[in-house]
Amino acid sequence: MIDQILNLMPELGKAFWETFQMVGISLSLALLLGVPIGLLLFITDKGLFWENKIFNTAGGVLVNTIRSIPFVILLVILLPVTQMIVKTTIGPLAASVSLSVAAIVFYARLAEASLREVDKGVIEAAAAMGASIPQIITQVLLVEALPGLIRGFTVTTISLIGYSAMAGIVGGGGVGDLAIRFGYYRYQMDVMVVTVAVLIVLVQIVQSIGDYTAQRADKA
Amino acid sequence: MIKFENVSITFNTKKATVNAVRNVSFEVNKGDIFGIVGTSGAGKSTLLRTVNLLEKPCSGKVNVDGVDITVLDKQSLRKARQKIGMIFQHYNLIHTKAVYENVSLPMKISGKSTKEISKRVPDLLEIVGLSDKAHIYPGQLSGGQKQRVGIARALANESQLLLCDEPTSALDLETTKSILDLIHDINKKYGITVLLISHEMDVIKSICSRVAVMSEGEVVELNDVYSLFSNPQHEITKQLVRHSLNMKIPEGILGDIEGKLVRVLYRGTSALNPILSNAIRKYPVDMNILHGRIEYINNQPMGVLLVNINGENNDVVNLIHYLKENTATAEVIHD
Repeated sequence: MIDQILNLMPELGKAFWETFQMVGISLSLALLLGVPIGLLLFITDKGLFWENKIFNTAGGVLVNTIRSIPFVILLVILLPVTQMIVKTTIGPLAASVSLSVAAIVFYARLAEASLREVDKGVIEAAAAMGASIPQIITQVLLVEALPGLIRGFTVTTISLIGYSAMAGIVGGGGVGDLAIRFGYYRYQMDVMVVTVAVLIVLVQIVQSIGDYTAQRADKA
Repeated sequence: MIKFENVSITFNTKKATVNAVRNVSFEVNKGDIFGIVGTSGAGKSTLLRTVNLLEKPCSGKVNVDGVDITVLDKQSLRKARQKIGMIFQHYNLIHTKAVYENVSLPMKISGKSTKEISKRVPDLLEIVGLSDKAHIYPGQLSGGQKQRVGIARALANESQLLLCDEPTSALDLETTKSILDLIHDINKKYGITVLLISHEMDVIKSICSRVAVMSEGEVVELNDVYSLFSNPQHEITKQLVRHSLNMKIPEGILGDIEGKLVRVLYRGTSALNPILSNAIRKYPVDMNILHGRIEYINNQPMGVLLVNINGENNDVVNLIHYLKENTATAEVIHD
């Protein structure tokens, strides 16, 4: 048993690196694009400064559509796009394309929700001070929503670790894929147990860091 | 300082059209503490928000310091708003920032340097008595302290005008008094014009010099606070004043009273004349004081008495007539 696990170490190390790559790339993009999309969805809503019904409805429908497609299907649908962007459809980099798309819309909705939590009175107070819209966004909205944004980011990270297990379908690799290939397909129960245990620890660590950071940011 | 000219605001909701403010015109003088009082839904908050154009009037003009704020372009409006401080019922502070950052926000917005900010913020905190709380977060402050932060923030850009939207409605009596005292001090010390709205006559009475009464979007009465209290004209004003004086006699006792119950009001120096004793000397009636109260509004006394009068019908009528001639008002409130 110990032998087998030791044999597994190089595989596990490689899988970790792959998971890290996939989750890292898609999380960065979720942060980079998800927050602005969430912000746009929020401020184009009724009663806010860029109120725009058409944009808001269209954006909402698009985000909902992508979110309702099961990830495995999204992975396949986006193969042509993946081919276009990374010139291949195999490997962790290729899997990152559809993971990123899923992550961006997922986080956009969570970001929108935490922005919506910001007290309207605080926004009004900033407007009364003579703040411009960019000033309201950077100095009030994002600042007040920060604890919520951090919590949403934690949820997104954990969901992505889960999604990345499906990346095996396009040869993306990763820890989850290792569990399926060795543990499930080859009936190596011990391998499955070890990889799942590793995943549990990983998710716990992410959740703890997320909770701690959100708590630090939340002074209320 | 502020001049409302025919200001009207209409809201279109799905169900109905609401005339929140109807054709309001009046002026607030520089250096005044001007109150707007009315029940909730009277349109006071909406009217207040036209002064910094958080609410845009559908028609009419709002002149602030000689400039019609309704026609300014975005840039000039932002500049104008930076000079108008505002405080709110629920304080509206940024929870994730310490007191220091909250107070410095308006200065950051108006482009002041870090140096200027670090020089001004301690002074502001000193004014509101929170010098030791600079690095505390709003969540750890009491309601009164939060409002003090709000006031410091509103003064940050050396505003000449302070808008107060029900500033004490979420506070207890003691704290209300201290916040009102602070607003009063700031008005006296820095000559800042204050426009304050409240649904409580007591708040208006304790700091305002002039007051407008609003009901269903209209200003129904406007006067200096003393005259308004001692001689209310409109039904709504009378109601608010009566509520504030709180001179109710329990129903049970009211039923036992024989004769007439008269409400006598004295104003200013007439409160010092022995009118009641003169009256009973003149007319052979019995008189019994059931309730009495003296209010000092803007340091002028105003006395209200509820007296029960018993006697020959003729004498009673004559005595009431005598009271009417010699006091501000005397009205029979119960036969």
